[in-house]
Amino acid sequence: MAQHMKYYYELTISCSPHVHSRTTTRTVMRDVILALTPALAGSVYFFGLRALVVTLISVASCVFFEWAWCQLMKQHCKIYDLSAVVTGILLAFVCPVTIPYWMIVVGDFFAIVLVKMLFGGIGKNVVNPALAARAFLFSWPAAMSTWVQVGWENRAGIVSTADAVTAATPMAALHGGDLPEASLLDMFLGNVGGSLGETSAALLLLGFGYLLLRKIITPRIPLAYLGTVAVLALLFPMGNDRLTWMAAQLCGGGLMLGALFMATDYVTSPVTKLGQVIYGIGCGVLTVLIRYFGSYNEGVSYAILVMNFCVVLLDRIGRPKKFGAPKKEAAGR
Amino acid sequence: MVFPIFGGVHPKDNKWYTENCPVVEFPEPDIVVIPMSQHIGAPCNPLVKKGDRVLMGQKIGDNAGLCVPVHASVSGTVKAVEMRPHSNGTTCLCVVVENDHQQERHPDIQPRTPQQVEALTPQELIDIIREAGIVGMGGAAFPTHVKLSSGLGKVDTVIVNLAECEPFITADDRLCKEKPWDLLEGIRILKKILGLEVAYIGIENNKPEAIKTLKRAISTKKDIRLEILRTKYPQGAEKQLIQAITGRQVPSGGLPAAVGCAVFNGATCKAIYDAVYQGMPLIRRIVTVSGDIVMEPRNLLVPIGTSFNELLEAVGHSENPYKVLSGGPMMGAAQYDLSVPTIKGTNAVTVLGHANRYVVESARCIRCGKCIDACPMHLMPVLMYKALYTGSIEEMNSVHLMDCIECGCCAYTCPAGVPLVLSFRSGKHQIREAAAAAKVKV
Repeated sequence: MAQHMKYYYELTISCSPHVHSRTTTRTVMRDVILALTPALAGSVYFFGLRALVVTLISVASCVFFEWAWCQLMKQHCKIYDLSAVVTGILLAFVCPVTIPYWMIVVGDFFAIVLVKMLFGGIGKNVVNPALAARAFLFSWPAAMSTWVQVGWENRAGIVSTADAVTAATPMAALHGGDLPEASLLDMFLGNVGGSLGETSAALLLLGFGYLLLRKIITPRIPLAYLGTVAVLALLFPMGNDRLTWMAAQLCGGGLMLGALFMATDYVTSPVTKLGQVIYGIGCGVLTVLIRYFGSYNEGVSYAILVMNFCVVLLDRIGRPKKFGAPKKEAAGR
Repeated sequence: MVFPIFGGVHPKDNKWYTENCPVVEFPEPDIVVIPMSQHIGAPCNPLVKKGDRVLMGQKIGDNAGLCVPVHASVSGTVKAVEMRPHSNGTTCLCVVVENDHQQERHPDIQPRTPQQVEALTPQELIDIIREAGIVGMGGAAFPTHVKLSSGLGKVDTVIVNLAECEPFITADDRLCKEKPWDLLEGIRILKKILGLEVAYIGIENNKPEAIKTLKRAISTKKDIRLEILRTKYPQGAEKQLIQAITGRQVPSGGLPAAVGCAVFNGATCKAIYDAVYQGMPLIRRIVTVSGDIVMEPRNLLVPIGTSFNELLEAVGHSENPYKVLSGGPMMGAAQYDLSVPTIKGTNAVTVLGHANRYVVESARCIRCGKCIDACPMHLMPVLMYKALYTGSIEEMNSVHLMDCIECGCCAYTCPAGVPLVLSFRSGKHQIREAAAAAKVKV
């Protein structure tokens, strides 16, 4: 054929399409990290510099474990997609600021190696690594439920946590059927006790808004989740003030962090529209059930973990009806 | 009334490169290479042999069955009848004509007066269209006469596709701006053949000038309706355009005629006009030669058989091309040999530079579901990709792999860079092979 060719260029052959959107896994993860930054800053403000140190250690060990695993197993290392960083931040966010440093490293090992890499790495894990690691870390219940009072003067030291003043979180009151002492505004802004990154509904919502704006996630799961909790709280309030009860349920505990950042985790949530809505409703119902009837104050993490297992089923239910399908035939099988 | 289509994406349309470049007649090349297969169906048998003299517009290949003839696009001497590379990636029997630059027309090419055209019956018109070698000029190259004769009596809506949703391409846009009358007369011929009162034009709103020109040309006549669609890729795909204009969904595995529709590309309508009024067979077409590294992007009126090399030379490029595509960047085919000729379905040649390099090592799906939102066929690319890995034909059919139109929306939007279209093509190939094997057994 060469004799017909006037010029010779090194042409690349590949299948169409030949252009690509600018969004890559790395930019998605980068945007999630950016969206979590306000909550991290708030955490440092409320709980002191230890919050930042815990988060940094968590991030560093997550990235290290993923890298080490890939080296050990001779796999293509994908730490540059930043997904391990997100896991690290999220795990730190669901732990108390007083958590011993060794314990968060153990949690990171559990999240990355056991939950993520053993199942095949990014995209293959069944449950949310950060939440699974948190459930695992409850093997040390005392360390995992020591809540410090907010405020710079009560803060836990970077080296020793002995000076920290402990206090109950609003969830303890809610679990007992009472409205918490903290004002709703404080709960909304995050000026209450709780896990490192979960307290400020306002800052989490700010990050969520950014993700919506960047079209990283759709509001389907958070709306279904928060909506379900709100409706159930309104229908079955404890005390007289329905609206305050509902608001306290929404802003209290890990609900905002869970609904906005954990339940929306791509890998462990359904991909179909209908599946996502059912998933959100399921998370909401389970959360309220655990909060009302469980012996533990908070139900968000377990609700999401349980729903993670239902994803395959929900995606099957939610299959869209294909273009040109006969009217009566349901989508797929 | 305009209906929304499912899914879709919004790639940069990049029409600004060429939308204001008037169509320029490409100087006749010294050699044209005319493939015997430029359409879907049986390839033509060459009617000339080496050493014959051919005239411009002379039929040089034809065959029985699902086939349309091909014509010489220049006058000159047949230098060879041999296998040459084809822009679909294979090789194909081609008639190579050395141009004598006499532009001597075949004596059969005679214009018809409007009165003569008025007197033609639908069947005579269909025969003229076949003899002129007209195929769908949007890329798929389905024989137009077959579409017409199989649609007789079944079609209640005729749609003219001027959506041109592929980035870079402005061939139809320029056609609307420069030859609106010819285009509309071509559409009226289609209407007459199919016996319809109204024809619809589907055009995207990123071509305001073309819309204005067409509106002016249609003026107060009610026989052609302009439907202005919101720009979205792949609205110009046949099934999607039917959905956008009529709200009907072509059944899975069916043809547009199943829902009473027939879709014709704008350039096809112009070719029909040329064939019926001028007697001119399809031997030239408008090709947009554009791309991010092209120095002087242009819309060219190119004789069929001109090599891509010559087109590239005419526009120039600022760096060595990374990819040269026959068609646009979403569905175009990457070329390995630039001696391939322009054929009836080549609406554009797109030259991309190295900035478009996109290589992902061991791509991993993160289940973001963006592909599902983007799929215009309401399929689930994420599950289709998984099904491929099971290797089971049953599994592949259960996720409706054969319904994929390979528009590329999923792969375009995938953040993980999973080669979705590539896998689906291979999967479809496997399904076809399995079906063929099953037939042989029975």
